Amino acid sequence: MNKSAITMIDYGASNIRSAQKAFEYIGAEVVLTEDPEVVRKADRLVLPGVGAFGSGMAGLRQRHLPEAIHEAIQRGVPFLGICVGMQLLFDESDEMGLHQGLGLIHGRVTRFPLHNSSFLIPNLKIPHMGWNQLEPAWEHPLLAGVKRGDYTYFVHSYYCDPAAATAVLAWTDYGFPFAAIVAQDNIYGLQFHPEKSQSIGLRILQNFLQT
Amino acid sequence: MLAKRIIPCLDVKDGRVVKGINFVELRDAGDPVEQAKVYDQAGADELVFLDITATHEARQTVIDLARAVAEQVFIPFTIGGGIRTVDDMRGILRAGADKISINSAAVRQPELISQGAEAFGSQAIVVAIDARRVGNKLAVSSEQLAVSGKRVDAPDSSFIIPHSQFIIPHWEVYVSGGRTATGLDVVAWAVEAERRGAGEILLTSMDADGTQEGYDLELTRAVATAVNIPVIASGGAGTVAHFAQALTVGGADAALAASLFHYKQLTIAEVKAYLVNQGIPVRV
Repeated sequence: MNKSAITMIDYGASNIRSAQKAFEYIGAEVVLTEDPEVVRKADRLVLPGVGAFGSGMAGLRQRHLPEAIHEAIQRGVPFLGICVGMQLLFDESDEMGLHQGLGLIHGRVTRFPLHNSSFLIPNLKIPHMGWNQLEPAWEHPLLAGVKRGDYTYFVHSYYCDPAAATAVLAWTDYGFPFAAIVAQDNIYGLQFHPEKSQSIGLRILQNFLQT
Repeated sequence: MLAKRIIPCLDVKDGRVVKGINFVELRDAGDPVEQAKVYDQAGADELVFLDITATHEARQTVIDLARAVAEQVFIPFTIGGGIRTVDDMRGILRAGADKISINSAAVRQPELISQGAEAFGSQAIVVAIDARRVGNKLAVSSEQLAVSGKRVDAPDSSFIIPHSQFIIPHWEVYVSGGRTATGLDVVAWAVEAERRGAGEILLTSMDADGTQEGYDLELTRAVATAVNIPVIASGGAGTVAHFAQALTVGGADAALAASLFHYKQLTIAEVKAYLVNQGIPVRV
Protein backbone atom coordinates (compact mmCIF):
# COMPACT_ATOMS: atom_id res chain seq x y z
CA MET A 1 0.00 0.00 0.00
CA ASN A 2 1.12 3.47 -0.82
CA LYS A 3 1.50 5.60 2.26
CA SER A 4 1.62 8.91 0.43
CA ALA A 5 -0.15 11.81 2.05
CA ILE A 6 -2.24 14.22 0.08
CA THR A 7 -3.75 17.52 1.07
CA MET A 8 -7.25 17.98 -0.28
CA ILE A 9 -8.54 21.51 -0.55
CA ASP A 10 -11.97 21.96 1.01
CA TYR A 11 -13.36 25.19 -0.41
CA GLY A 12 -16.99 24.77 0.45
CA ALA A 13 -18.51 24.39 -2.98
CA SER A 14 -18.03 20.72 -3.50
CA ASN A 15 -19.04 17.30 -2.35
CA ILE A 16 -15.54 15.98 -1.84
CA ARG A 17 -16.33 12.89 0.17
CA SER A 18 -16.14 10.44 -2.73
CA ALA A 19 -12.76 11.76 -3.91
CA GLN A 20 -11.42 11.54 -0.36
CA LYS A 21 -12.66 7.96 0.00
CA ALA A 22 -11.07 6.95 -3.31
CA PHE A 23 -7.66 8.23 -2.20
CA GLU A 24 -8.05 6.48 1.15
CA TYR A 25 -9.06 3.28 -0.62
CA ILE A 26 -5.74 3.22 -2.51
CA GLY A 27 -3.87 3.77 0.73
CA ALA A 28 -3.24 7.51 0.81
CA GLU A 29 -3.60 9.58 3.94
CA VAL A 30 -5.91 12.47 3.21
CA VAL A 31 -5.71 15.79 5.03
CA LEU A 32 -8.74 17.97 4.37
CA THR A 33 -8.04 21.65 4.76
CA GLU A 34 -9.31 25.12 3.98
CA ASP A 35 -6.28 26.74 5.62
CA PRO A 36 -3.94 28.56 3.18
CA GLU A 37 -0.97 27.89 5.49
CA VAL A 38 -1.55 24.15 5.30
CA VAL A 39 -1.86 24.41 1.51
CA ARG A 40 1.42 26.37 1.29
CA LYS A 41 3.27 23.60 3.12
CA ALA A 42 1.58 20.62 1.47
CA ASP A 43 3.60 17.95 -0.37
CA ARG A 44 0.82 16.96 -2.75
CA LEU A 45 -2.37 18.88 -3.46
CA VAL A 46 -5.77 17.87 -4.78
CA LEU A 47 -8.49 20.32 -5.76
CA PRO A 48 -11.72 18.34 -6.10
CA GLY A 49 -14.89 19.83 -7.43
CA VAL A 50 -18.57 19.52 -8.01
CA GLY A 51 -20.54 22.69 -8.59
CA ALA A 52 -20.30 25.89 -10.56
CA PHE A 53 -17.05 27.60 -11.58
CA GLY A 54 -17.99 31.01 -10.13
CA SER A 55 -18.95 29.72 -6.70
CA GLY A 56 -15.84 27.52 -6.67
CA MET A 57 -13.59 30.49 -7.35
CA ALA A 58 -15.45 32.56 -4.75
CA GLY A 59 -14.94 29.76 -2.23
CA LEU A 60 -11.20 29.75 -2.91
CA ARG A 61 -10.90 33.55 -2.63
CA GLN A 62 -12.89 33.75 0.60
CA ARG A 63 -10.34 31.43 2.16
CA HIS A 64 -7.33 33.25 0.58
CA LEU A 65 -6.43 30.04 -1.21
CA PRO A 66 -5.46 31.21 -4.73
CA GLU A 67 -2.14 32.77 -3.53
CA ALA A 68 -1.36 29.70 -1.43
CA ILE A 69 -2.03 27.41 -4.41
CA HIS A 70 0.22 29.53 -6.67
CA GLU A 71 3.03 29.40 -4.11
CA ALA A 72 2.76 25.64 -3.64
CA ILE A 73 2.80 25.06 -7.39
CA GLN A 74 5.84 27.30 -7.81
CA ARG A 75 7.58 25.12 -5.24
CA GLY A 76 6.97 22.18 -7.58
CA VAL A 77 4.31 20.43 -5.51
CA PRO A 78 2.29 17.91 -7.60
CA PHE A 79 -1.19 19.38 -8.03
CA LEU A 80 -4.29 17.58 -9.26
CA GLY A 81 -7.55 19.32 -10.16
CA ILE A 82 -10.63 17.13 -10.61
CA CYS A 83 -13.64 18.14 -12.74
CA VAL A 84 -14.45 21.73 -11.75
CA GLY A 85 -11.13 21.59 -9.88
CA MET A 86 -9.45 21.15 -13.28
CA GLN A 87 -11.50 23.92 -14.85
CA LEU A 88 -10.48 26.34 -12.08
CA LEU A 89 -6.84 25.95 -13.22
CA PHE A 90 -7.64 27.94 -16.39
CA ASP A 91 -7.78 31.67 -17.08
CA GLU A 92 -11.54 32.09 -17.25
CA SER A 93 -14.93 30.45 -17.65
CA ASP A 94 -18.20 31.70 -19.12
CA GLU A 95 -20.34 29.53 -16.82
CA MET A 96 -23.13 31.85 -15.61
CA GLY A 97 -21.27 35.07 -16.41
CA LEU A 98 -17.57 35.53 -17.04
CA HIS A 99 -15.35 34.42 -14.13
CA GLN A 100 -11.60 34.61 -13.70
CA GLY A 101 -9.89 31.36 -12.77
CA LEU A 102 -6.53 30.57 -11.20
CA GLY A 103 -4.71 31.14 -14.52
CA LEU A 104 -2.23 28.32 -13.95
CA ILE A 105 -2.88 26.85 -17.39
CA HIS A 106 -3.67 29.22 -20.24
CA GLY A 107 -7.00 28.82 -21.92
CA ARG A 108 -10.67 29.13 -21.21
CA VAL A 109 -13.58 27.03 -20.04
CA THR A 110 -16.69 27.11 -22.18
CA ARG A 111 -20.00 25.33 -22.62
CA PHE A 112 -20.57 22.45 -24.97
CA PRO A 113 -22.40 23.82 -28.01
CA LEU A 114 -26.16 23.51 -27.79
CA HIS A 115 -27.70 20.90 -29.98
CA ASN A 116 -28.46 21.92 -33.56
CA SER A 117 -26.15 24.92 -33.20
CA SER A 118 -23.88 23.58 -35.91
CA PHE A 119 -24.21 21.29 -38.86
CA LEU A 120 -20.81 19.89 -37.98
CA ILE A 121 -21.68 18.76 -34.48
CA PRO A 122 -24.31 16.07 -33.94
CA ASN A 123 -27.23 16.56 -31.59
CA LEU A 124 -25.67 15.71 -28.25
CA LYS A 125 -27.15 15.83 -24.80
CA ILE A 126 -25.84 18.24 -22.19
CA PRO A 127 -24.48 17.54 -19.62
CA HIS A 128 -22.01 15.13 -21.13
CA MET A 129 -22.80 12.38 -18.64
CA GLY A 130 -21.59 8.82 -18.63
CA TRP A 131 -18.63 6.65 -19.57
CA ASN A 132 -16.48 7.90 -22.40
CA GLN A 133 -13.09 6.95 -23.83
CA LEU A 134 -9.62 8.38 -23.37
CA GLU A 135 -7.31 9.05 -26.26
CA PRO A 136 -3.86 9.66 -24.75
CA ALA A 137 -1.83 12.28 -26.63
CA TRP A 138 1.57 11.22 -25.32
CA GLU A 139 3.16 8.90 -22.82
CA HIS A 140 3.18 10.12 -19.28
CA PRO A 141 3.57 8.47 -15.84
CA LEU A 142 0.04 9.67 -14.94
CA LEU A 143 -1.28 7.32 -17.62
CA ALA A 144 0.75 4.24 -16.62
CA GLY A 145 -1.50 1.21 -17.14
CA VAL A 146 -4.09 3.24 -19.03
CA LYS A 147 -4.81 2.17 -22.59
CA ARG A 148 -6.23 4.06 -25.52
CA GLY A 149 -10.01 3.60 -25.45
CA ASP A 150 -10.27 3.04 -21.69
CA TYR A 151 -13.47 4.44 -20.22
CA THR A 152 -13.83 7.02 -17.45
CA TYR A 153 -16.95 8.62 -15.99
CA PHE A 154 -17.80 12.21 -16.97
CA VAL A 155 -20.44 14.64 -15.73
CA HIS A 156 -20.03 18.17 -17.08
CA SER A 157 -21.59 20.81 -19.31
CA TYR A 158 -18.45 22.95 -19.70
CA TYR A 159 -15.09 21.88 -21.06
CA CYS A 160 -11.53 23.24 -20.94
CA ASP A 161 -10.07 24.72 -24.11
CA PRO A 162 -6.32 25.14 -23.47
CA ALA A 163 -4.48 27.83 -25.43
CA ALA A 164 -1.74 25.29 -26.20
CA ALA A 165 -2.77 21.83 -27.35
CA THR A 166 0.48 20.58 -25.81
CA ALA A 167 -1.17 20.95 -22.39
CA VAL A 168 -3.58 18.14 -23.32
CA LEU A 169 -2.47 14.73 -22.10
CA ALA A 170 -5.60 12.88 -23.20
CA TRP A 171 -8.56 13.75 -25.40
CA THR A 172 -12.13 12.52 -25.29
CA ASP A 173 -14.61 12.77 -28.13
CA TYR A 174 -18.02 14.25 -27.55
CA GLY A 175 -18.98 15.49 -30.98
CA PHE A 176 -15.43 16.86 -31.18
CA PRO A 177 -12.29 16.13 -29.16
CA PHE A 178 -11.97 18.04 -25.88
CA ALA A 179 -9.34 17.94 -23.11
CA ALA A 180 -10.05 15.04 -20.75
CA ILE A 181 -6.66 15.29 -19.02
CA VAL A 182 -4.27 18.23 -18.95
CA ALA A 183 -0.67 18.14 -17.75
CA GLN A 184 1.72 21.04 -17.49
CA ASP A 185 4.88 20.55 -15.41
CA ASN A 186 3.63 19.58 -11.94
CA ILE A 187 0.01 20.58 -12.64
CA TYR A 188 -2.55 17.97 -13.67
CA GLY A 189 -6.25 18.16 -14.34
CA LEU A 190 -8.89 15.46 -14.89
CA GLN A 191 -12.22 16.46 -16.42
CA PHE A 192 -13.78 13.11 -15.49
CA HIS A 193 -14.36 11.79 -11.98
CA PRO A 194 -11.57 9.32 -11.19
CA GLU A 195 -13.38 8.49 -7.94
CA LYS A 196 -16.30 7.21 -10.05
CA SER A 197 -14.27 5.62 -12.85
CA GLN A 198 -13.73 2.22 -11.30
CA SER A 199 -10.29 0.62 -11.62
CA ILE A 200 -9.02 3.02 -14.33
CA GLY A 201 -9.86 6.00 -12.14
CA LEU A 202 -8.18 4.49 -9.10
CA ARG A 203 -5.13 3.66 -11.22
CA ILE A 204 -4.77 7.27 -12.35
CA LEU A 205 -5.05 8.47 -8.74
CA GLN A 206 -2.39 5.94 -7.76
CA ASN A 207 -0.17 7.20 -10.59
CA PHE A 208 -0.63 10.73 -9.29
CA LEU A 209 0.59 9.63 -5.86
CA GLN A 210 3.78 8.46 -7.53
CA THR A 211 4.45 11.55 -9.64
CA MET B 1 -17.52 7.58 -27.82
CA LEU B 2 -20.05 7.92 -25.05
CA ALA B 3 -21.06 4.43 -23.95
CA LYS B 4 -24.58 3.19 -23.45
CA ARG B 5 -25.04 2.16 -19.83
CA ILE B 6 -26.25 -1.08 -18.24
CA ILE B 7 -27.69 -0.51 -14.78
CA PRO B 8 -28.74 -3.13 -12.22
CA CYS B 9 -31.38 -2.02 -9.73
CA LEU B 10 -31.40 -3.20 -6.11
CA ASP B 11 -34.37 -2.94 -3.74
CA VAL B 12 -33.42 -2.00 -0.20
CA LYS B 13 -35.46 -1.96 2.98
CA ASP B 14 -34.23 -0.58 6.29
CA GLY B 15 -30.75 -0.32 4.78
CA ARG B 16 -30.65 -3.96 3.67
CA VAL B 17 -30.94 -5.36 0.17
CA VAL B 18 -34.17 -7.34 -0.09
CA LYS B 19 -34.06 -7.93 -3.84
CA GLY B 20 -30.57 -8.33 -5.12
CA ILE B 21 -28.15 -10.76 -6.60
CA ASN B 22 -28.56 -14.36 -5.46
CA PHE B 23 -25.02 -15.51 -4.93
CA VAL B 24 -24.26 -18.37 -2.59
CA GLU B 25 -20.73 -17.05 -2.31
CA LEU B 26 -21.96 -13.82 -0.76
CA ARG B 27 -21.32 -13.84 2.94
CA ASP B 28 -24.20 -11.48 3.50
CA ALA B 29 -26.62 -11.13 0.61
CA GLY B 30 -28.40 -8.31 2.42
CA ASP B 31 -25.32 -6.13 2.61
CA PRO B 32 -25.64 -3.34 0.03
CA VAL B 33 -21.86 -2.89 -0.14
CA GLU B 34 -21.28 -6.55 -1.00
CA GLN B 35 -24.00 -6.43 -3.62
CA ALA B 36 -22.60 -3.25 -5.09
CA LYS B 37 -19.11 -4.72 -5.24
CA VAL B 38 -20.33 -7.81 -7.07
CA TYR B 39 -22.09 -5.68 -9.67
CA ASP B 40 -19.12 -3.35 -9.95
CA GLN B 41 -16.87 -6.32 -10.73
CA ALA B 42 -19.48 -7.75 -13.09
CA GLY B 43 -19.26 -4.64 -15.26
CA ALA B 44 -22.24 -2.55 -14.12
CA ASP B 45 -21.84 1.02 -15.33
CA GLU B 46 -23.93 2.45 -12.55
CA LEU B 47 -26.19 1.23 -9.75
CA VAL B 48 -29.66 2.20 -8.63
CA PHE B 49 -30.80 1.51 -5.07
CA LEU B 50 -34.53 1.73 -4.64
CA ASP B 51 -35.49 2.25 -1.01
CA ILE B 52 -38.81 0.58 -0.28
CA THR B 53 -38.74 1.33 3.45
CA ALA B 54 -42.28 2.20 4.38
CA THR B 55 -41.67 4.78 7.09
CA HIS B 56 -40.21 8.20 6.62
CA GLU B 57 -38.48 7.90 10.00
CA ALA B 58 -36.07 5.34 8.59
CA ARG B 59 -34.36 7.95 6.37
CA GLN B 60 -31.12 7.65 8.25
CA THR B 61 -30.64 4.05 7.13
CA VAL B 62 -30.58 5.11 3.49
CA ILE B 63 -28.01 7.81 4.26
CA ASP B 64 -25.86 5.20 6.00
CA LEU B 65 -26.26 3.00 2.95
CA ALA B 66 -25.03 5.77 0.64
CA ARG B 67 -22.04 6.38 2.89
CA ALA B 68 -21.09 2.71 3.10
CA VAL B 69 -21.36 2.19 -0.66
CA ALA B 70 -19.39 5.35 -1.46
CA GLU B 71 -16.52 4.17 0.71
CA GLN B 72 -15.90 1.01 -1.26
CA VAL B 73 -17.50 1.21 -4.66
CA PHE B 74 -16.14 3.63 -7.24
CA ILE B 75 -18.84 3.77 -9.88
CA PRO B 76 -21.78 6.20 -9.88
CA PHE B 77 -24.90 5.27 -7.98
CA THR B 78 -28.41 6.64 -7.57
CA ILE B 79 -30.71 6.33 -4.59
CA GLY B 80 -34.47 6.60 -4.96
CA GLY B 81 -37.61 5.91 -3.00
CA GLY B 82 -39.35 8.02 -0.41
CA ILE B 83 -37.41 11.22 -1.06
CA ARG B 84 -39.75 14.13 -0.34
CA THR B 85 -37.67 17.18 0.46
CA VAL B 86 -34.49 18.98 -0.56
CA ASP B 87 -33.11 18.03 2.85
CA ASP B 88 -33.70 14.35 2.07
CA MET B 89 -31.72 14.85 -1.14
CA ARG B 90 -28.92 16.72 0.61
CA GLY B 91 -28.39 13.99 3.19
CA ILE B 92 -28.09 11.26 0.56
CA LEU B 93 -25.90 13.25 -1.85
CA ARG B 94 -23.57 14.44 0.91
CA ALA B 95 -23.15 10.85 2.03
CA GLY B 96 -21.68 10.08 -1.38
CA ALA B 97 -24.52 9.16 -3.75
CA ASP B 98 -24.15 10.74 -7.20
CA LYS B 99 -27.82 11.14 -7.95
CA ILE B 100 -31.18 10.89 -6.25
CA SER B 101 -34.34 9.86 -8.01
CA ILE B 102 -37.78 11.21 -7.22
CA ASN B 103 -41.09 9.85 -8.42
CA SER B 104 -44.35 10.46 -6.52
CA ALA B 105 -42.97 13.52 -4.73
CA ALA B 106 -42.05 15.13 -8.06
CA VAL B 107 -45.62 14.72 -9.32
CA ARG B 108 -47.09 16.10 -6.10
CA GLN B 109 -44.60 18.98 -5.90
CA PRO B 110 -42.96 19.58 -9.28
CA GLU B 111 -41.00 22.50 -7.77
CA LEU B 112 -38.99 19.86 -5.90
CA ILE B 113 -37.25 19.11 -9.21
CA SER B 114 -36.14 22.71 -9.72
CA GLN B 115 -35.18 23.14 -6.07
CA GLY B 116 -33.05 20.02 -6.23
CA ALA B 117 -31.47 21.06 -9.53
CA GLU B 118 -30.63 24.51 -8.17
CA ALA B 119 -29.12 23.12 -4.99
CA PHE B 120 -27.18 20.17 -6.43
CA GLY B 121 -27.14 20.56 -10.21
CA SER B 122 -29.37 18.86 -12.77
CA GLN B 123 -26.95 15.96 -13.10
CA ALA B 124 -27.90 14.85 -9.57
CA ILE B 125 -31.67 14.85 -10.13
CA VAL B 126 -33.29 11.84 -11.77
CA VAL B 127 -37.05 11.88 -12.27
CA ALA B 128 -38.49 8.37 -12.23
CA ILE B 129 -41.71 7.86 -14.15
CA ASP B 130 -43.95 4.79 -13.87
CA ALA B 131 -45.91 4.58 -17.11
CA ARG B 132 -48.96 2.56 -18.04
CA ARG B 133 -50.35 2.31 -21.54
CA VAL B 134 -53.92 3.56 -21.68
CA GLY B 135 -54.93 2.57 -25.14
CA ASN B 136 -54.34 4.03 -28.51
CA LYS B 137 -55.98 7.40 -28.16
CA LEU B 138 -55.75 10.19 -25.66
CA ALA B 139 -57.80 9.00 -22.72
CA VAL B 140 -57.54 12.24 -20.77
CA SER B 141 -58.57 15.78 -21.55
CA SER B 142 -56.11 18.62 -21.89
CA GLU B 143 -57.29 19.89 -18.49
CA GLN B 144 -56.21 16.62 -16.97
CA LEU B 145 -52.87 16.99 -18.69
CA ALA B 146 -52.25 20.19 -16.78
CA VAL B 147 -49.18 19.83 -14.65
CA SER B 148 -49.23 21.69 -11.37
CA GLY B 149 -51.43 24.48 -12.62
CA LYS B 150 -49.52 24.96 -15.84
CA ARG B 151 -51.49 23.75 -18.80
CA VAL B 152 -49.60 21.39 -21.00
CA ASP B 153 -50.90 21.61 -24.53
CA ALA B 154 -52.70 18.57 -25.79
CA PRO B 155 -51.66 17.35 -29.21
CA ASP B 156 -52.66 19.78 -31.91
CA SER B 157 -56.26 19.16 -32.90
CA SER B 158 -55.21 19.58 -36.51
CA PHE B 159 -53.31 16.36 -36.10
CA ILE B 160 -56.08 14.23 -37.53
CA ILE B 161 -55.76 10.48 -37.43
CA PRO B 162 -55.61 9.84 -41.17
CA HIS B 163 -56.43 6.20 -41.15
CA SER B 164 -58.27 3.89 -38.82
CA GLN B 165 -55.25 1.60 -38.46
CA PHE B 166 -53.04 4.51 -37.50
CA ILE B 167 -52.30 4.16 -33.84
CA ILE B 168 -51.21 6.86 -31.45
CA PRO B 169 -49.94 5.13 -28.35
CA HIS B 170 -50.42 6.97 -25.09
CA TRP B 171 -49.24 6.41 -21.53
CA GLU B 172 -50.36 7.68 -18.15
CA VAL B 173 -48.16 8.49 -15.15
CA TYR B 174 -48.77 6.39 -12.05
CA VAL B 175 -47.45 7.16 -8.56
CA SER B 176 -47.27 5.52 -5.13
CA GLY B 177 -45.55 2.42 -6.42
CA GLY B 178 -47.90 2.17 -9.39
CA ARG B 179 -51.08 2.19 -7.30
CA THR B 180 -52.37 5.65 -8.13
CA ALA B 181 -53.20 7.01 -11.57
CA THR B 182 -52.48 10.72 -11.99
CA GLY B 183 -54.12 11.56 -15.31
CA LEU B 184 -50.78 12.96 -16.48
CA ASP B 185 -49.50 12.15 -19.92
CA VAL B 186 -46.07 10.50 -19.63
CA VAL B 187 -44.43 12.35 -22.53
CA ALA B 188 -45.79 15.71 -21.36
CA TRP B 189 -44.63 15.00 -17.81
CA ALA B 190 -41.14 14.01 -18.99
CA VAL B 191 -40.86 17.27 -20.95
CA GLU B 192 -42.07 19.19 -17.91
CA ALA B 193 -39.53 17.41 -15.68
CA GLU B 194 -36.72 18.37 -18.07
CA ARG B 195 -37.92 21.97 -18.20
CA ARG B 196 -37.83 22.08 -14.41
CA GLY B 197 -34.24 20.86 -14.31
CA ALA B 198 -34.26 17.06 -14.22
CA GLY B 199 -30.96 15.66 -15.47
CA GLU B 200 -32.24 12.24 -16.41
CA ILE B 201 -35.49 10.28 -16.79
CA LEU B 202 -35.81 6.77 -15.35
CA LEU B 203 -38.72 5.42 -17.36
CA THR B 204 -40.45 2.24 -16.22
CA SER B 205 -43.15 0.55 -18.25
CA MET B 206 -45.60 -0.96 -15.77
CA ASP B 207 -47.05 -3.05 -18.57
CA ALA B 208 -43.73 -4.61 -19.49
CA ASP B 209 -42.28 -4.83 -15.96
CA GLY B 210 -41.94 -8.43 -14.84
CA THR B 211 -42.94 -9.91 -18.19
CA GLN B 212 -39.39 -10.39 -19.51
CA GLU B 213 -40.89 -9.86 -22.96
CA GLY B 214 -38.91 -6.76 -23.74
CA TYR B 215 -38.92 -3.06 -22.95
CA ASP B 216 -41.85 -0.97 -24.19
CA LEU B 217 -39.96 0.42 -27.16
CA GLU B 218 -42.71 2.78 -28.29
CA LEU B 219 -42.87 4.33 -24.84
CA THR B 220 -39.10 4.59 -24.58
CA ARG B 221 -38.81 6.14 -28.01
CA ALA B 222 -41.68 8.55 -27.43
CA VAL B 223 -39.97 9.92 -24.31
CA ALA B 224 -36.40 9.75 -25.62
CA THR B 225 -37.28 11.79 -28.70
CA ALA B 226 -39.30 14.33 -26.70
CA VAL B 227 -36.55 15.24 -24.20
CA ASN B 228 -32.91 16.21 -24.58
CA ILE B 229 -31.74 14.55 -21.36
CA PRO B 230 -30.70 10.90 -20.99
CA VAL B 231 -33.46 8.31 -20.66
CA ILE B 232 -33.01 5.04 -18.76
CA ALA B 233 -35.33 2.33 -20.07
CA SER B 234 -36.74 0.04 -17.40
CA GLY B 235 -39.15 -2.85 -17.21
CA GLY B 236 -39.40 -5.97 -19.35
CA ALA B 237 -35.82 -7.05 -20.07
CA GLY B 238 -35.62 -10.78 -20.70
CA THR B 239 -33.00 -11.34 -23.40
CA VAL B 240 -29.80 -9.70 -24.62
CA ALA B 241 -31.69 -8.53 -27.70
CA HIS B 242 -34.12 -6.57 -25.52
CA PHE B 243 -31.24 -4.42 -24.27
CA ALA B 244 -30.06 -3.76 -27.81
CA GLN B 245 -33.58 -2.79 -28.87
CA ALA B 246 -34.05 -0.36 -25.99
CA LEU B 247 -30.72 1.32 -26.78
CA THR B 248 -31.28 1.56 -30.54
CA VAL B 249 -34.97 1.45 -31.55
CA GLY B 250 -36.01 2.84 -28.17
CA GLY B 251 -33.38 5.57 -28.27
CA ALA B 252 -32.52 5.06 -24.59
CA ASP B 253 -29.11 6.05 -23.21
CA ALA B 254 -29.15 3.33 -20.58
CA ALA B 255 -31.07 0.16 -19.80
CA LEU B 256 -31.97 -0.99 -16.32
CA ALA B 257 -32.85 -4.47 -15.09
CA ALA B 258 -33.35 -6.08 -11.70
CA SER B 259 -34.50 -9.69 -11.41
CA LEU B 260 -32.86 -10.71 -14.66
CA PHE B 261 -29.45 -9.94 -13.17
CA HIS B 262 -30.23 -10.88 -9.58
CA TYR B 263 -31.27 -14.40 -10.54
CA LYS B 264 -28.41 -14.66 -13.02
CA GLN B 265 -30.64 -15.39 -15.99
CA LEU B 266 -28.22 -13.12 -17.79
CA THR B 267 -24.95 -11.59 -16.72
CA ILE B 268 -23.94 -8.03 -17.52
CA ALA B 269 -20.97 -9.47 -19.43
CA GLU B 270 -23.31 -11.46 -21.68
CA VAL B 271 -25.43 -8.41 -22.34
CA LYS B 272 -22.39 -6.28 -23.13
CA ALA B 273 -20.80 -8.91 -25.37
CA TYR B 274 -23.99 -8.96 -27.41
CA LEU B 275 -24.16 -5.17 -27.58
CA VAL B 276 -20.54 -4.97 -28.76
CA ASN B 277 -21.43 -7.48 -31.45
CA GLN B 278 -24.30 -5.27 -32.51
CA GLY B 279 -21.96 -2.30 -32.79
CA ILE B 280 -23.46 -0.53 -29.78
CA PRO B 281 -20.79 1.33 -27.75
CA VAL B 282 -20.48 -0.04 -24.22
CA ARG B 283 -17.75 -0.01 -21.60
CA VAL B 284 -16.09 -3.43 -21.51
